[in-house]
Amino acid sequence: MTITMPRHLLSMADLDAEGIRTILDTATQMHDVQKREVKKIPTLRGRTIINLFFEDSTRTRSSFEIAGKWMSADTINITGKGSSASKGESLRDTVRTIDAMGVDAIVMRHGASGAAHQVASWVQAHVINAGDGTHEHPTQALLDAYTMERRLGSLEGRHVAIVGDLTHSRVVRSNLISLRRLGADVTVVAPPTLMPSGIGTWAQREGFALSHDLDEVLQAQGPGRPVDALMMLRVQKERMSGGYFPTAREYTVGYGLTRDRLMRLTDANPHLVICHPGPMNRGLEISADAADAAQSLVLDQVSAGVAVRMSVLYHLLAGADDPIGAVATNEGSAA
Amino acid sequence: MSDLLITGARLLGGEAKDVLVLGGTIAEIGAALDAPRDVETVQAEGLALLPGLVDLHTHLREPGREDAETIATGAAAAAVGGFTAVLAMANTSPVTDTAEAAERILDLGRATGLADVQPIGAVTKGLEGAELAELALMHRSRAVVRVFSDDGHCVHDARVMRRALEYVRAFGGVVSQHSQDPDLAGSSACCHEGELSGRLGLPGWPSVAESTIIARDAQLARHTGSRVHVAHVSTAEGVEVLRWAKAQGIDLTAEVTPHHLLLTQDLVSSYDPTFKVNPPLRPTEDVEALRAALVDGTIDAVATDHAPHARHDKEHAFVDAAFGMLGLETAFAVVHDTLVRGGQLDLAGLADRMSVAPARIAGLADHGQPLAVGAPANLVLVDTESTQTVDASASKSLSRNNPWHGMSFTGAVHTTILRGRVTARQGVTE
Repeated sequence: MTITMPRHLLSMADLDAEGIRTILDTATQMHDVQKREVKKIPTLRGRTIINLFFEDSTRTRSSFEIAGKWMSADTINITGKGSSASKGESLRDTVRTIDAMGVDAIVMRHGASGAAHQVASWVQAHVINAGDGTHEHPTQALLDAYTMERRLGSLEGRHVAIVGDLTHSRVVRSNLISLRRLGADVTVVAPPTLMPSGIGTWAQREGFALSHDLDEVLQAQGPGRPVDALMMLRVQKERMSGGYFPTAREYTVGYGLTRDRLMRLTDANPHLVICHPGPMNRGLEISADAADAAQSLVLDQVSAGVAVRMSVLYHLLAGADDPIGAVATNEGSAA
Repeated sequence: MSDLLITGARLLGGEAKDVLVLGGTIAEIGAALDAPRDVETVQAEGLALLPGLVDLHTHLREPGREDAETIATGAAAAAVGGFTAVLAMANTSPVTDTAEAAERILDLGRATGLADVQPIGAVTKGLEGAELAELALMHRSRAVVRVFSDDGHCVHDARVMRRALEYVRAFGGVVSQHSQDPDLAGSSACCHEGELSGRLGLPGWPSVAESTIIARDAQLARHTGSRVHVAHVSTAEGVEVLRWAKAQGIDLTAEVTPHHLLLTQDLVSSYDPTFKVNPPLRPTEDVEALRAALVDGTIDAVATDHAPHARHDKEHAFVDAAFGMLGLETAFAVVHDTLVRGGQLDLAGLADRMSVAPARIAGLADHGQPLAVGAPANLVLVDTESTQTVDASASKSLSRNNPWHGMSFTGAVHTTILRGRVTARQGVTE
């Protein structure tokens, strides 16, 4: 069976449920490579991948780099702080210059929402969005789904609560699409100032729930079934100066996964898992106890990130004539 | 050269008449007029004759960004678009905040011979919103500046706005306000704030940032006894406040752009910076409210906010790209197709909103006059039946940030006449 993959991965909306399923299934095979002594498969030999990061990133950039290298692609990192506008070169000129070198894929992180969409319209290469402003971060949503499924099984009918700074989060926007497509129930939790504008009608349209009361969501029984997964989002302290909330202490009391909340939750639902896309603000949105708890999947997410990105690169870059069998059976061909 | 016989033109879309222009002035209107010797005849059978269009809001980029537009290319775009007068906004480099700067723009405009270019003066020095520019000196200059605006920026400080209004009252000046409270949006706001901006992850301006400034300025106009002109109203909330202020008898006028009368925020979903404009494109409900307000007179005038930009200033990430879109050449077609064809406005109504009212607001005595003997022959012939598709590459503007490319409109400018001289004929300047 052949699944048609999009040319670019710009948004989770580019993948239907079947496409997501395919990428997650392949990621399982890729995950095995990680456990080998020789972590190298030839799948993308001769392909060139540029990691074009206009914004600081450690985990996403190195995760993509490792994914490419383990698949034998030539990976090159280009990092540039600030917008190209400030350097006097247009974004279009910057990316067309790179594209003209004949690269196969551009993995792109940019501080501006929509940047990856624009770039995809200007270049020949495949474009993978590694985070665009406060818009989307599709490979994060894929690795979140992968990690949660490994622990919880199918996400169909599971209840995921996403808590934190929704306004400025690209993680939540991608997760809202993928979790709904995988059949999960989603509740987003934040103070009103940290919810994106128009989220009320958005929630009605897409069928997710909203709350400003974390404890109420965590205690929910009956139709609002107990939470199976808690996804805590990073809250940047500088948001306080924007008047989004008064103090860190007040935020933590209202929306932090404190030790106290963790204990109550663990008692109520022993299967609960905790995710965080990182980097964590320990003590603000997540307590050290929660971050390091047995329920915490934080490091599993990082590990899954490489496998999921290998899968994405495989599906976007390798043609139908590049058998995935190379993944499953390859033992000795690594040079 | 400034003599013409126009034959068979339907005056304001009504009865067909001949119009004889001598020495740049309408000399005779009647049936089957004879052309005096050597007078060029413009055959206008089937065309409608309107007073030449007047644009209250144009960005010409000269001085400072002559790669995006010059006064000459902007005037050419104006002529092709049926305009005989345009008001040039002050946000050039340097800013038009002195008498000398204003006179230079006036002179460069005159030299084109294609349209009257009337400079708008800055309200505050350098558009910085702090100290008043030399308003009276600009008014006393040869440019006789009457309209002042910090467009691109809101005159945000209520104290500065109050003093500006008080000060220009001495010579009948008006402040054209970019009504947008910067404190109600982030500094990188670039689209309408609502569900769509939330989904796209773009910072937006809420409607309330516009309506609160209109409300404040209406009260300041009442308090100072001076006149405020509200530039490019874009929201239903803003219209509501305007309607209230006018009902109170407050001296307030307002304009709306062709793009806010037709285009909606959905276009931003593509993240194409061609559709990035300030104020932003809004939802359909706002577009409908703006149309109704223009028809019922709550909004007095259409103004283009023609804002040319070099490609390399638009080809950035959406939040980093420049604001603005072209409008001079397409304004008539858009308004005609949107409102006249649908029967909401007749041609006389269009002439009022695009010529008579803007000339009155700007105090331009030679423009927007009735089609009558003795009036200056600043005129435009339009073809209400012709349907044309916009081709960005055919523009007279130096820039190509044209949101109308590929769209078809019924209603086209045919011939533009400035003081009895043809400036443009079917897209070609003369």
